[in-house]
Amino acid sequence: MAKDLVEFKNLETHFHTSAGIVKAVDDVSFTIREGETLCVVGESGCGKSVTAMSLMRLVEMPPGRHAGGEILFEGKDLLKLSKREMSRIRGNEIAMIFQEPMSSLNPVLTIGEQITEPLALHLLLDRKAAKKRAIELITLVGIPRAEEIFHSYPHELSGGMRQRIMIAIALSCDPKLLIADEPTTALDVTIQAQILDLMRDIKRKLNTSIMLITHDLGVVAEMADFVVVMYAGKVIEEAPVLEIFKDPQHPYTKGLLKAKPIINEKKERLYSIPGQVPNPVDLGDNCHFHDRCEFCMDICRTKLPPLRVHGDHNHKTACWLYEEEGKAQ
Amino acid sequence: MSIEQTAPITKTPKAQKVASPWRSAIRKFAKNKLALLGLIIMIIMILICSFGPLFSPYNIYDYDYTVKNKAPNASHWLGTDKFGRDILLRTMLAGRISLMVGLVSTAIAVVIGATLGAVSGFYRGWTDTITMRMADIFLALPTLPILITMGAILSDLKVDPSKRIYFLMLMIGVLSWVSLARLVRGQILTLREQEFMQATEALGLRDRRKIFRHLMPNTIPIIIVSATLLVAGAILFESALSFLGIGVVPPTPSWGNMITAANSLIDFRKRPWIWIPPGMCILITVTAINLIGDGLRDALDPKMKK
Repeated sequence: MAKDLVEFKNLETHFHTSAGIVKAVDDVSFTIREGETLCVVGESGCGKSVTAMSLMRLVEMPPGRHAGGEILFEGKDLLKLSKREMSRIRGNEIAMIFQEPMSSLNPVLTIGEQITEPLALHLLLDRKAAKKRAIELITLVGIPRAEEIFHSYPHELSGGMRQRIMIAIALSCDPKLLIADEPTTALDVTIQAQILDLMRDIKRKLNTSIMLITHDLGVVAEMADFVVVMYAGKVIEEAPVLEIFKDPQHPYTKGLLKAKPIINEKKERLYSIPGQVPNPVDLGDNCHFHDRCEFCMDICRTKLPPLRVHGDHNHKTACWLYEEEGKAQ
Repeated sequence: MSIEQTAPITKTPKAQKVASPWRSAIRKFAKNKLALLGLIIMIIMILICSFGPLFSPYNIYDYDYTVKNKAPNASHWLGTDKFGRDILLRTMLAGRISLMVGLVSTAIAVVIGATLGAVSGFYRGWTDTITMRMADIFLALPTLPILITMGAILSDLKVDPSKRIYFLMLMIGVLSWVSLARLVRGQILTLREQEFMQATEALGLRDRRKIFRHLMPNTIPIIIVSATLLVAGAILFESALSFLGIGVVPPTPSWGNMITAANSLIDFRKRPWIWIPPGMCILITVTAINLIGDGLRDALDPKMKK
C-alpha cells in the first residue's frame, strides 16, 4: 500500500455569519495516498471546495475559522504552519487548479510571465532556465506552438487551452499533490474528456496524487481510485471507486448513482433525490440526510450516525441502516 | 518527462501578432482626432521648450535696457519686457519649468497615490481605514489656500529662489495624490476578489509581488488617465502660485510669474506681447493635456469597445 500523503483528521471549518455558525466542513476525516486519485463528490454547498481550500489554507478568515482537527501533509500539520512556511508549500508541493479557467489567469500578464513566476519563486530558476522549463510545460500539457503561446495573453486562448495552462502552472514545481476543484465544469464535453485524459497521463508519468473535486459521477468513474462522498459538510461514505459503483451503501450515494444517466437506456425521466440540501446554519445532531431519505428511522432524526466500516475493510459508511441500533428498530 | 502530444485541439490563433491590450488601446486613441491633436500639440510644445532655447541668440540674464518694452519685431519675435529680455526665450524657458513642475509633481502624486491606494485596497481592515481617513483629511483641505500658505511660508523662510521649484513640486504632489489613491483602491478592492488572485495565493506568491505585479498592472489604465489630468492641474496650480508671487519667483521664469506683468495697468493695456504668450501657452498646454486625458480614458476603458 502506498504511503499516506495527506491525512484530514476531524477537520472542522466553520463560517461565522450573521445568521449563525455554518459548519461547512464538520468533522471530516480521510486520507490521500501517494500516487492516488481521490474524488470528493457531493452536491453544491456540501463542503467539497471548503475542504480543499482548508487544505490550501485559502479559506478567508474571518468569516471562516478552523474550529478543530488537523490536516497532516507528510506528517506536518498544515494548520499550524506560519504564513511564510505555508507559502513555501503552496504552489510548490501542493498545487491547485480552479474551476473557472476564464478568470483564473491574470488578463494583463502574458502566459509566459505567469508560468515562470512559480518557477522563479520556488525553484529559484533564472529567466532563461525558467523560460525553457515553461516551454517544456506548455508542450507537456499538449499545446502546440509553445513558443508562440508563451508570448500571448490569456484572452487569445480558448477555455480548454487556458485550463491546460492552469494545469501547466500547477505542475511547474512538480507538486506532490494536485488539487483540482471541478476542473472541467466550465468546459464543454469534448474538452472535458481531453483535460481528464491529460490529468490521468500526468498522474501516471509524474506519480502525482490528485484530489479531484467534482459532482460529476462520470468523471469519478473515469478518474478515481478512491471516492469520498460528502453531504452537508460531512463525509457520509468513502470507498474504493469500484466498491462505490458496485455496492453503494448510503441511501444518498444510491440516490446519486440512480440520478446518473445511463447511455442506451431509455427512461422517461432521470431519478432525482427528493427535497433539498438542508440549510447549513445550525444543523442538529442528527443524520443531515434524514428528511430526504426514504429509509428514515426514528434514530436518524435524533442521533448522528458514525462513519464506520461495514463489510469491506476500507468501505466506510455513516448510516444507521448498517448499525446495530438501527437494525433493532 | 514528456507526454505524447495530443492533437492540436483548439483554434489556431491567427498568424499575425494578435493585438495586445495596449496595441488596441493605441489604435483606438489614434482614431480620436481631438486627442491626437492634443498629443501633437503637447509634443511640439515639449520640443520647442526643450530645444528652442538652444537656438536663441539671447541669454536670459542679459538685461539690455536699450531694447526694453519693444513690440514684436524681426530680432525679438515676441518683443521684449521691461528689462529688455527676449520674451520668446523667456516663454520657452518658463515652459521648461512649468512642464517640469507638472510632470514631477504628478509623478510624486502617482507614486504616493497608487502605492497607498493599492496597499489599503489589498490589506483592507486597519490599513485601509487609516489610509482612507488620511485621504479624507487631505480631501477636506482646500488645495489652493493651503498651497498659498505654504508658498508664503517658503518666502518667509527665505528659501533660495532656485530651490523653490523643488519644494513647489513636492507640495503640489503631496496635495494631489488623494483622488488617485481612492480610484486605485476601489479598483484593487474588486480585483483582489477575482479568481486569478486566488490562483496567485495558491501559488504561494508574496504579498508584495501580488500587489505590484498582479494587481497594479490591472489598474494602469486608470492611473494613466488620472495622471494625465493631474499634470494639467499641477500646471495650473503652479501658474496660479507663481502669478501670486509665491510659486516660482523671478528671475527664474515660469508662465505664471510672466503673466504677473498684466498686473501693471500700463503693461496690461499697452504691451500685450508681454503677458499674452505665457497665457496662451498655459491655455494651449492645459487644453491639450485634457484632450489627451479624455482620449486615453476612452481608449483604455474596456467598456467603450465598439
